[in-house]
Amino acid sequence: MFRKLPDPACATVAVTVDGQAMRVATHETAASAALLAAMGATRTSPVNGEPRAPFCMMGVCYDCLMVIDGVPSRQACLVPVRDGMRIERQAGARALAFGSAETADV
Amino acid sequence: MAEASFDFVVVGGGVVGSSIGLGLARRGARVAILDQGDTALRSSRVNFGLVWLQSKGDGMPEYGRWTRRSADLWTEFAAYLQDLSGIDPEHEQKGGIAFCLGEAEFEHRRNTIQRMHNQVEPWVYETRMIDRKAVEALYPGVRFGPEMVGASFGPHDGVTNPLRLLQSLHGALKRVGIAYRPDAPAQAIQSDGGGFVIDTPAGPFRAGKVVLAAGHGTTGLAATLGLEAPIVPERGQLIITERVAPILPIPASGVRQTRDGTIMIGTTHEAAPDLTTRATTANAVHIAERIVRLIPDMARVKMVRTWLGLRVLSPDGFPVYMESETHPGAYVAICHSGNTLAAVHANDLAEAFLAHRLPDTLAPFHPRRFHVSQAA
Repeated sequence: MFRKLPDPACATVAVTVDGQAMRVATHETAASAALLAAMGATRTSPVNGEPRAPFCMMGVCYDCLMVIDGVPSRQACLVPVRDGMRIERQAGARALAFGSAETADV
Repeated sequence: MAEASFDFVVVGGGVVGSSIGLGLARRGARVAILDQGDTALRSSRVNFGLVWLQSKGDGMPEYGRWTRRSADLWTEFAAYLQDLSGIDPEHEQKGGIAFCLGEAEFEHRRNTIQRMHNQVEPWVYETRMIDRKAVEALYPGVRFGPEMVGASFGPHDGVTNPLRLLQSLHGALKRVGIAYRPDAPAQAIQSDGGGFVIDTPAGPFRAGKVVLAAGHGTTGLAATLGLEAPIVPERGQLIITERVAPILPIPASGVRQTRDGTIMIGTTHEAAPDLTTRATTANAVHIAERIVRLIPDMARVKMVRTWLGLRVLSPDGFPVYMESETHPGAYVAICHSGNTLAAVHANDLAEAFLAHRLPDTLAPFHPRRFHVSQAA
């Protein structure tokens, strides 16, 4: 469904998407990286448990909420990738507290 | 145009008017509810949703008793609404908390609770102070800030989902055959022999009796019928957060979690004589600062939006119920706590209006209490 335009000269960074290592172009976002990884649903709804995935890709629909570098509920479509980024599926609602080691810039 | 004719016309289709109308129709009256549609300054759509007893009635014990009566009726009322409309108003009555930050707040709260208990029968409030440890036991998922020294706990307090309540009420109105007319806001009311004629853009409505329950829209109409609806509008702003896994099983004054995980945080008290409804960043900051003192982890929860509502407050904060002396059969009902009082409005108040006699227990709610000559 998604096909990247060929751009062999493009610089890339290393990220993990749900643990799977991959290289993506520097201009990707965490949401587009998740789509390229073909991970399917990137979160489940906290209200009814239904699967969700990036939809609008421009910060409006909130369907792309993911855990990025340990920080939950980030709008993945608005987060540019960077080297070493961990992008993870989010299950339902975030917890109130998350570990002090996971305080990446939000 | 032919006039539509009813036993009662209720002016105002928010939670207050709908509850009263439902109570009247449930007891056999033919009722129309005239509403202003979506343009109304509708407090029913912008509020926190508490069904709350522990802070009600300081200085007017009758209000405490009236509120307790409603709290006692609410569970049955919610079941009735759900049964009739198919919409769950999401009522819960597991008690409620008022957090205290620092010893001074705790002492102040203790004194307030004590004073209120001294004014009324012990069974009314049954609110008690609990220490930090007891609060922590109620919220095992929460790490409180060091300032949280304790709270008051009211066993009769609870919540509803205000939007679902309104939806459920409106569903129920339809089922009991009430003519709900959002296209027919009352513009003028004249008494006409044995009843009233209410002018609306959709034509006149005729009613034997009329109840004004239109919140901020009540005052002007009331004056023409010898009724008083003194309202001192107050803005209350609050913050809504992203959804969070369930951590607040019991609602508190100023912070509660909805069933869907959203945390609602309040609130401000600002005089709003001009009825403007603009939320401010400064208020949001003020609200956020207090919640972070209470629960430091909230600092990393995202705010999704902030908005405000206009409280329908009388000068002393207590409800106003009266029947007109110059126009018998015309009533006014305004109050701040439309959700809390919905159950008693649909029962006792509707019965009083049907019986054409406000019982002595409602006498303290007459606006004559605001008359200087009465106070002298």
